[in-house]
Amino acid sequence: MAKQSSAPRKKTPVDCWDPAETLDPVLLRDLQVERLHAQMRRAQQVPFYRKAFEASGLKPEDIWSPEDIRHLPITTKDDLRDHYPLGFLAVPRSEVARYHGSSGTTGKPTFVAYTRNDVDTWADLCARFLYAGGLRPEHTVHVAFGYGLFTGGFGLHYGIEKVGAAVVPVAAGNTQRQILLLQDLEPEVLICTPSYALNIAEVCREEGVDPHDLKLRYGHFGGEPWTEKMRQQIEAELGIEAFNNYGLSEVLGPGVSGECAEHNGMHIQEDHFLVECVDPDTLEPVTDGSYGELIFTNLTKEAMPILRYRTRDIAALETCPCPCGRTSVRMHRVVGRTDDMLIIRGANVYPSQIEESLLRVEGVAPHYLIELHRPGALDEVTVKVEVLPAFFSDKMRLMQALREDIQRRIETTTGVRMQIELVPPQTLERSIGKSKRVLDHRNMA
Amino acid sequence: MKLKQLSLFLENKPGHVKIPLKVLAEAGVNICTLSLADTAQFGILHLIVEDWEKGFEALKKAGCVVNTTDVLALVVSDRPGGLAELLEHCDACSLNIEYMYAFTRRRGQDAIMIICFEDPDKAIDALGDRAVAGIDVMHAADLFNETEPR
Repeated sequence: MAKQSSAPRKKTPVDCWDPAETLDPVLLRDLQVERLHAQMRRAQQVPFYRKAFEASGLKPEDIWSPEDIRHLPITTKDDLRDHYPLGFLAVPRSEVARYHGSSGTTGKPTFVAYTRNDVDTWADLCARFLYAGGLRPEHTVHVAFGYGLFTGGFGLHYGIEKVGAAVVPVAAGNTQRQILLLQDLEPEVLICTPSYALNIAEVCREEGVDPHDLKLRYGHFGGEPWTEKMRQQIEAELGIEAFNNYGLSEVLGPGVSGECAEHNGMHIQEDHFLVECVDPDTLEPVTDGSYGELIFTNLTKEAMPILRYRTRDIAALETCPCPCGRTSVRMHRVVGRTDDMLIIRGANVYPSQIEESLLRVEGVAPHYLIELHRPGALDEVTVKVEVLPAFFSDKMRLMQALREDIQRRIETTTGVRMQIELVPPQTLERSIGKSKRVLDHRNMA
Repeated sequence: MKLKQLSLFLENKPGHVKIPLKVLAEAGVNICTLSLADTAQFGILHLIVEDWEKGFEALKKAGCVVNTTDVLALVVSDRPGGLAELLEHCDACSLNIEYMYAFTRRRGQDAIMIICFEDPDKAIDALGDRAVAGIDVMHAADLFNETEPR
């Protein structure tokens, strides 16, 4: 062991991946304004923004402070959908290095694009929160996120590579095999959705494996909302320290924000994102620490410079300094949505998708009730559907076929397999106007 | 020869099978036999009643999901192998059976099976009016006056 110096220790620099995480707030604001100017110029290449700028007469030079962001146009999921597939692309196709996508209400994904620089930035931003959450070059990381159009798998993968650690790209599914890999490759870090982490713990016990015998020390979880109670459960059952991270494909994917070891909110990578927290009805900023809808502007993305994206996610911002030394604003965990989007086993599902699926099935009324449960670690979904009297058959075979047809169509549209329960007509509760179509018993509070 | 069966759609919940039965009781419709098929989520109740039209109207009025299905009543010899022989004949005539259940009344020494064929008309053509030796498809009108409770 090295001899301890008796001299008083100098204040050590903050142990973080990128010095930008500790930028002086004044310098950070200057950098944000400078980058916002550049981003507005890139956005000029997108007809949607060009038209908005022309209509308002707003020029980059009119922006003097990060707060001036409120003069810029808002972007919604519908705007992205209206310009399907690549209406928000600001660079020639030849400069695109990657496409990803997220599910949409119509069954069509919305696409996002990355240049080579964007992918590098993405890797760096994921490296930041992974490093803050204990990842070091000597570690092995088990990634049980889906690899594909979903941004989770690749984003984290690049972040791990950036840090210099080893990746086990297991992807999603086949929990028994995952447990074998956790035992035999001895990763120290687990990456997946929080509910899948609990599922792994559950299957471990079923297989007679004590999760505490695994080498796992840290877990990075995201992709779906979770609670503090779930964190405690994951930490107790797997014997690890669990970190929350946040991102959405429209502005980048994972890497927008993530927790440090203080676990007091997720540090937003403010040198790359401008965040606003607003009243979803008036779009006026809420007071510091209050819950509101988060709006993100990506300051550096080249391929798709999305300005002021309405996330529909409800969370609160925290500006008081974090003991870890990072200077950025933090966001608390997402507590809800302003729209009716459901996150089921990590997939985004809108009730309207279920309605659309039912409209394509002969014999059922578009009246339905979605019931969500979480009996073990994973979400279970039951959809109750009214059968039209004329289509009721005395033959079980035909009724089962109808049920399977509904199940298949809903799975095709949403990507989630749901239990279908046929019920007689007029048995589901009707309310004036918008009927109550979702009963969430998952207890996410 | 075709017989009207009342078919009801039920939610598989406690007390739900009682609802249509009460409706029939109040309408004074006697149930002769029934069968219940169920899954975890729902059930299908098949009923043979004495006055199916009256029963059908009463159930519809009460808001039950009900429709009628054509089924046949076949006489089957009440001895070991009686039903197996009947089904041999159905096989020989390529008749597909959706489901079947026993009738509670009997004719003389014989039992009666209620059978839902995939194609009841084809079944009548193949089996009806003693077209096959040993097979007797009952006329709906005779179902109650030629039979007696066990």
